[in-house]
Amino acid sequence: MDERTGFLLFSAIALVGALNVVLRRNPVHAVLWLVGSFLGVAGIFLTLGSGLLAAIQVMVYAGAIMVLFLFVVLLLNLETPRFEGISLARGASLFAAAATGLLLLWPFVSDRSLQAPAAPAVDLPVTAANVGMTLFQRFAVPFEIVSLVLLVAMVGAIHLARRPRRDEPA
Amino acid sequence: MVPQSWYLLLSAALFTLGVAGFAVRRNSLVMFMSVELMLNAANVAFVACARAHEPVRGTVYALFVIAIAASEVAVGLALVLALFRLKRTVNADEIRELRA
Amino acid sequence: MTDPLWISLVKAVAVFAFTLTLVPLLVLAERRISAWMQYRVGPNRVGPFGTMQPLADLVKMLFKEELRPAGVPAFLFGAAPAIAAICSLFMMAVVPLGGTLLLGGHSTRMVVADVDVGVLAVLATSSLGVYGITLGGWASNSKYSLLGGLRSSAQMISYELTMGLSLLSVLVLVRRGDAGLFGSLSLSDIVASQATTGIWNVVKCPLGFLLFTTASFAETNRLPFDLPEAEPELVGGYHTEYSAMKFGLFFLGEYAAMVAGSAVVVCLFLGGWHLPFVTGAEAVGVPGALLQVGVFVAKLLAFLFFFIHVRWTLPRFRYDQLMNLGWKVMLPLALVNLLVTGGLVAAGVF
Repeated sequence: MDERTGFLLFSAIALVGALNVVLRRNPVHAVLWLVGSFLGVAGIFLTLGSGLLAAIQVMVYAGAIMVLFLFVVLLLNLETPRFEGISLARGASLFAAAATGLLLLWPFVSDRSLQAPAAPAVDLPVTAANVGMTLFQRFAVPFEIVSLVLLVAMVGAIHLARRPRRDEPA
Repeated sequence: MVPQSWYLLLSAALFTLGVAGFAVRRNSLVMFMSVELMLNAANVAFVACARAHEPVRGTVYALFVIAIAASEVAVGLALVLALFRLKRTVNADEIRELRA
Repeated sequence: MTDPLWISLVKAVAVFAFTLTLVPLLVLAERRISAWMQYRVGPNRVGPFGTMQPLADLVKMLFKEELRPAGVPAFLFGAAPAIAAICSLFMMAVVPLGGTLLLGGHSTRMVVADVDVGVLAVLATSSLGVYGITLGGWASNSKYSLLGGLRSSAQMISYELTMGLSLLSVLVLVRRGDAGLFGSLSLSDIVASQATTGIWNVVKCPLGFLLFTTASFAETNRLPFDLPEAEPELVGGYHTEYSAMKFGLFFLGEYAAMVAGSAVVVCLFLGGWHLPFVTGAEAVGVPGALLQVGVFVAKLLAFLFFFIHVRWTLPRFRYDQLMNLGWKVMLPLALVNLLVTGGLVAAGVF
């Protein structure tokens, strides 16, 4: 399929999924719609020419992070709340969100220079080898820092979610 | 070929939906998911804009965002679980006191 | 480089038909092999040597009553086995059944989808397969099913890590044709490099082979890691409440995952379609292609026999023993394996 059909299909999936995340009251349904939305975003990465990122998005985001979300939602066994209406404060923040959205959208709709199709890049194509080399040569320091962040997050998560043993204060 | 502005429109729409979800929903797990939506919108913007100049760099940036999002989710969900044990709720409106 | 649509369709249909033929054969083989190992006969009444037994099972499953417990979300209850089956079948799309086929001036690789991130696609689909089991457990609206589903998915995501890390040591060993560069994520490249060097990866990386095989057992929920669906402990785990064709789909998904997992192991470690002095790395015509596919299928069947053999030989792990093994033994071993293999490659030994 050509890029235009792919873009329309995958962006439809991503947007419908995102909309349902906001609208569904049952948290399990919201999680599943978000998984669908992430699969759509993975498709968008595919149409943008980055198969590597698409596979990583499915593997990490849709396959690991959302499984974590699903676990927590299933374990907490929350009930589906009834819709009780939107309070004034929440309505105001919703209006602010919509205004932000319009502000973000407007330049792209009105600017003529962005309407033209993007010129094909003359730089390296996105293959795993090129991404790997760039990651480990040019971005070696951020890579190490991110690995430290992951380690800290792992330790922190394990510590925070532990049940305190009987001989420890809560 | 798809114009770059279409991808940026998609990114802006996803981001708006994320902000709206964060503003309206009170279930802290759903609020968390809206944050993930916003991060994904940023990823789409990164890769789309990098395509015309240095596509590899866009992918690398998106990779970093995914890694940071993963660590953030781990810590955030642990926090939600710990909070649930204390307060028996995940509703953000009901968690408003500093004392347990 | 990309094939015309009709060639892709032919390849997809061929691989799909191949997998779906292998699954009922596996069902029968499991019962016959287990019978042989336990000094009994196994099904031999339906058809010659019991070959029609899977057909009889299929007819039984089609005609059974479809039960739907009360309070069950209809869509998710039906979608869960479908997700499990789809993800397992999808993994076969990136597995190379042969090398490069030269047919009437057009050369094509014998893979359905020759993406350059094939290995990541395998990991991604096994990650998605977790949803089928988790949702199946939750959507059954029953305590045992939920527990079984959660245990099973926790087990699967724990062993995905070992799978990924032991895979990495294989990726380091791949030698791509251009400029002597190392490393490729494409399964057909991995097999081609084994064919060019003539040595299978299991020789260079035996610990990785052991770790990946064990992780495949855990991923497909087969013994010795099948506590989540063990009958004495949890009735049926996540598929307790499923009957008739939905259970059949779970069944199909499990056996298809076995086939796909074995195919991936054969490609990564056992040389895929390569047999020394029989099949080489250059492009072949139709008879050569058939020989390559034949070698691949033979290895696949041998590994599936090993899969089945292990199931009926070893006792089951307890759940905490299982998780202990995955996180505290296999993960560090996989890291050490990666270090050692990487060091040996850097030192020029491989």
